[in-house]
Amino acid sequence: MGKLNIKINGREIEAEEGSTILDVAKTNGIYIPTLCHHPQLSVQGACRICMVEVKGLPKPVTSCTTPVTKDMDIQTDTPVVIKQRETVLELLLSDHPLECPTCDAGGQCKLQDLTHDYKIKGNRFEGEKRKVPVEEVNPFIRRDYQRCIQCSRCIRVCDEVRGIGAIQYAKRGFYQKVSTCADKVLDCIFCGSCVQQCPVGALTEKPSKFKYRPWETKQVETTCGYCGVGCSLTLHTKNNEIVKVTSRDDTLNKGHLCVKGRYGYEFVKSDKRLTTPLIRKDGKLTPASWEEALSYTAKRFKEIKEKHGPDSLGGFSSAKCTNEENYLFQKFVRVNFETNNLDHCARL
Amino acid sequence: MSNSLHDLDEADLFLVTGSNTTEAHPIIGMQIWQAVRHKNKKLIVIDPRKIELTKYAAMHLRQRPGTDVAVYNGLARIIIEEGLADLDFIRDRTDGFEEAKEVIMKYTPEVVEKISGIPKEQLIEAARMYGKAERASIYWAMGSTQHINGVHGVHSIVNLAMLTGNIGKPGTGVNPLRGQNNVQGACDMGCLPNQFPGYKPVNVPENVERVEKVWGVKVPAKPGLTLTDMVNSMGTERGIKGLYIMGENPMMSDPDLNHAKEAFESLEFLVVQDIFLTETAELAHVVFPATSFAEKEGTFTNTERRIQRVRKAVKPPGDAWEDTKIICSLSKEMGYPMEYPSASKVMDELASVTPIYECVSYEYLDKGVAVHWPCNSCSIDRTSCGTLIMGTPVLHEEKFTRGAGKFLAFEFQPPTEWPDDEYPLILTTGRNLWHWHGGSQTRKVSSLNERSPEPYMELNAADAKKMGIKNSEEVEVTSKRGGITLKAVISDRPTPGVVFIPWHYKEAAANILTINALDPQAKIPEYKVCAVRVEKTGGGQKEPNRYSHYPG
Repeated sequence: MGKLNIKINGREIEAEEGSTILDVAKTNGIYIPTLCHHPQLSVQGACRICMVEVKGLPKPVTSCTTPVTKDMDIQTDTPVVIKQRETVLELLLSDHPLECPTCDAGGQCKLQDLTHDYKIKGNRFEGEKRKVPVEEVNPFIRRDYQRCIQCSRCIRVCDEVRGIGAIQYAKRGFYQKVSTCADKVLDCIFCGSCVQQCPVGALTEKPSKFKYRPWETKQVETTCGYCGVGCSLTLHTKNNEIVKVTSRDDTLNKGHLCVKGRYGYEFVKSDKRLTTPLIRKDGKLTPASWEEALSYTAKRFKEIKEKHGPDSLGGFSSAKCTNEENYLFQKFVRVNFETNNLDHCARL
Repeated sequence: MSNSLHDLDEADLFLVTGSNTTEAHPIIGMQIWQAVRHKNKKLIVIDPRKIELTKYAAMHLRQRPGTDVAVYNGLARIIIEEGLADLDFIRDRTDGFEEAKEVIMKYTPEVVEKISGIPKEQLIEAARMYGKAERASIYWAMGSTQHINGVHGVHSIVNLAMLTGNIGKPGTGVNPLRGQNNVQGACDMGCLPNQFPGYKPVNVPENVERVEKVWGVKVPAKPGLTLTDMVNSMGTERGIKGLYIMGENPMMSDPDLNHAKEAFESLEFLVVQDIFLTETAELAHVVFPATSFAEKEGTFTNTERRIQRVRKAVKPPGDAWEDTKIICSLSKEMGYPMEYPSASKVMDELASVTPIYECVSYEYLDKGVAVHWPCNSCSIDRTSCGTLIMGTPVLHEEKFTRGAGKFLAFEFQPPTEWPDDEYPLILTTGRNLWHWHGGSQTRKVSSLNERSPEPYMELNAADAKKMGIKNSEEVEVTSKRGGITLKAVISDRPTPGVVFIPWHYKEAAANILTINALDPQAKIPEYKVCAVRVEKTGGGQKEPNRYSHYPG
């Protein structure tokens, strides 16, 4: 691919031939708003929010679909472009319920942010609104298509990236909506990639509903504890509780997770968690202090080693625990038990 | 894995065998699907079940469970016969080819068809496809290894890769998919009876010296018992009497659970350290409350040998302690104090005794560098997509660890238990997408439980018809070792004559049925084949599950 010279907002830029205006702007730190665009998905040009003016062209063009050409002179924020974006936002808002106070996407909604950025007040296009019932039969994903801006990112990620194709557009025009085959209840692999793609609150996590406001949470980057792929997770926590799991695009799993990685965190705060050491007394496991449990355990292990020799002791380590824990465990067994009777569940 | 996920899609052909990748390793399943769909790569699946991946596969070879070695030998024979072998690679990089060839050549397509049930035309076509691919990678999981000849299966797979020179380059390789989040790391750390950290044999003086120098005490140099051997020794005079278990639930995961229960109950002293009162913890004399992955600092090593950070997000409940604190405190009580101010200091020490982790430290991990062992240099490379890489993403580029790659071929060996008149069906076990292992975590997640609430058995429609079993009808499944009652789900996923039960559900634990037969070398149990009988209980048809079996 060759290079060519273009200008964005008067700045001389060397661009990769074949890339779009949006790509080049992004690489060079120039902001153009988008709603329907995502680098992992096919280009759609549906939302019309990324319009820019190109010298010599009669009308603004969508920057996400227009490839750069030699000596292109682009302006990203002219009065014409701004007016168009305002109109697009007004049109979207004319059929978007303003439930922001109770919407889980509030505070992380791209439509909300853009409405604020472009200072949209009032609406010239008030009229009939779509009536689509909320679907929350499945245990994972709440689907409220009244809030949908029809960017089709959920459809594209499900089809192009996850290979499932659980959803598609149905009907036409004003009545167009995202739908499952024959409008059945959603039955998919529940990977949640569609929720992560949704720029508004049409798709939200059912287990997280009313649990947090985005600005109240802390984010911690970590690694999933289920299978051996090792997907990166972002744990969102509030008041010492995990309230949501997402993943960043710049990870080995490129932001995608499976149903367990995304929704399988509830066990962490289960009321069945062990919270105190237990010692079997009169045949029953009874709560004990750490001091008692540790000294009793050490005493018993020493007695058995004394009586039957080191090879009468053994340790099972864990493929679920960290490297550090496993390292210390094998060191413990080899040093204190003086045996190599040591293994873990790799074979199981 | 000999290769990494960075170069997965550089393969022209994927051979997936004994891995239900889209359910057990969903993100790798997704990446293979993407390569097939968007990059026109080819996929061959060898699996007795019609798993999801077979929908996109160019070929699906459906062997009778337990006949894998014959199938791999058969593929190798065709590759040799048709002149598709990479003779330069065999000459320069390997040895033992002529001896192996003698065994391999016995497996004509006709012989393999008779043993495995795979039509010979299919075998020939698949061998040609694999042999002609420019770059081919092989992925496998427990479907290939959980047999009494699991080790032979792996050698036979490796033969295929060496025969075609498909190793040491991006997009090739022998890639076992590790099942658990840190099973790779637990092995790397030397939680094995015969090896110190970094796969260093315990009976080599030099290796003993290395750890003794850092730990400051004498360590035993005699190899110990494997997990399965330890369980089998319990209750015998010279067997295991006292056991310390950290984060494991063998009372769900061991084969022949009735036998395992007797073994654990015979122990003089059992200590279990876990986050829940598991089936195993219920048998313990002392239980230590430990921490989940979200409550501690540390690292996991994934299936591509990549070391990644685990970080603390929430505080542990009640008086639960971090596992490292429990181990160190108990060690102090035993008379050997261990103290580490942080997980990062543990990493520093383990890197000093684990040669393959030599240059691993939190400094690089926290910068987001993709660190793959063996990591013996701190130089950082940048991939074409901008990822920073340290260590070795592709193994065996110039030579194998032992120098020349060794061809080892083996005769097919039938499973311990074949079906007979009394137990006419083959049971094979595994995972589904919705739950995890013994279920101690996922069965406590309400959404996952709602999606997959109860145990079930996959039954082929032809078998169901023969036995007069309807979909969702209650059945009893019995082996020589025990029986369980659960719902039959009729589908075309298992081959006729084979039933499949996911082993996540304690109400009908599949491992009550499985056989305690081990591979003599790896000591892996033969979970993938045992003989069972299926009968109607008379309980009739139950409410079918609201959701489809595997959607998509």
